[in-house]
Amino acid sequence: MKFLITTVVAYLAYLLLTIGSGTVFLWSTAELVIGAVLAVAVGALLRNRFIGKDLRMLNPRRWLTILVYLFPLLFAMAKANIDVAYRVITGRINPAIVKINPNLKTDLALTILANSITLTPGTLSVDVDQKTNELYVHWINVDPEVLKDMPRDYHPICHSFPDWARRIAE
Amino acid sequence: MIDWLPAVIVMAVCIIIAVARILIGPGAPTRLVAFDTTNTLVVASMVIVGMMFNHAIFIDVAIVYALLSFTMTLYVAKFIGGSKF
Amino acid sequence: MALNIVTYIFIGVGLFFNLIGVVGLHRFPDMYTKLHAATKCTTFGSIFLIIAVIMQAAGIWAQGGTSQSVMCIHAVLVLVALLVTNATGAHAIARAAHRSGEKPARAVVDDLEGKEND
Repeated sequence: MKFLITTVVAYLAYLLLTIGSGTVFLWSTAELVIGAVLAVAVGALLRNRFIGKDLRMLNPRRWLTILVYLFPLLFAMAKANIDVAYRVITGRINPAIVKINPNLKTDLALTILANSITLTPGTLSVDVDQKTNELYVHWINVDPEVLKDMPRDYHPICHSFPDWARRIAE
Repeated sequence: MIDWLPAVIVMAVCIIIAVARILIGPGAPTRLVAFDTTNTLVVASMVIVGMMFNHAIFIDVAIVYALLSFTMTLYVAKFIGGSKF
Repeated sequence: MALNIVTYIFIGVGLFFNLIGVVGLHRFPDMYTKLHAATKCTTFGSIFLIIAVIMQAAGIWAQGGTSQSVMCIHAVLVLVALLVTNATGAHAIARAAHRSGEKPARAVVDDLEGKEND
């Protein structure tokens, strides 16, 4: 099963890269054959690295959730860039590194959350504690309300992104 | 038809400013940040140049350049952070 | 013609954000804030430039161009590669810099201070 999934993904990637090269549909015969051989080799070698312990990312509902998630993410990216452009022009910064605990369990969810934090307004994830799954976030313009109590409130930093990450990968 | 030449010239100016930060920047991490920025700008201008000259080979080179520069950034970051390879 | 106008707007936005990112590389005091400007602004600007190229290539492809189909699909692949690799590269740089002893300038609070974990 693992071998089959890895082979199919590798073959699809090869076909995307060599599209428009010939006359059999869109590909030439040589490309199709070489791609199949290489995909089988990749699947045999890397099947335990590419897929982890479980197969829950095969569920198509999770892929639809990723597509829906792109829209709030793009909106947040636009806001982030206007914010950073404002700070470049005025030079008004107030940075800090804060620790947040988003209560996520799997590595994939944590990766999605860290990438989203990096792409959204004024925050950049620096480090992760792998035992407790806590993130350290560099914040360019810190909110003094958050600094008062020690288990930091993560809603000013990343809005509802932990819920999205949980829906996609847990 | 779109005139792509002014866009390429502005991108070249951006690359020169980023390379200046590589040369003067204090310390290795700042230089690495400037290097990463330069790579992103080079990939974007390569795509524009490919569209300008109407050659798809520039865009293929841009894909390979993006992935290789990402690997190089990761390894230089590991070296700066002092962990073992 | 409408396609050309939208393309010019996208090129303008992309070049503006790239310039802001590169200027921020010289204006900000320390490495972390430089990373903010560099990563976010140049990724966003490059996305806009590549989308402009994709729109033009798709426009010529729709009118019967042949080599533009390859160009269009490969430009989409460049876009995906940039989106995934830039954020991950930024994490790697920030983590390595903090481990090598780089302090955030003018920082109010540093929760990671003096904590070594690996």
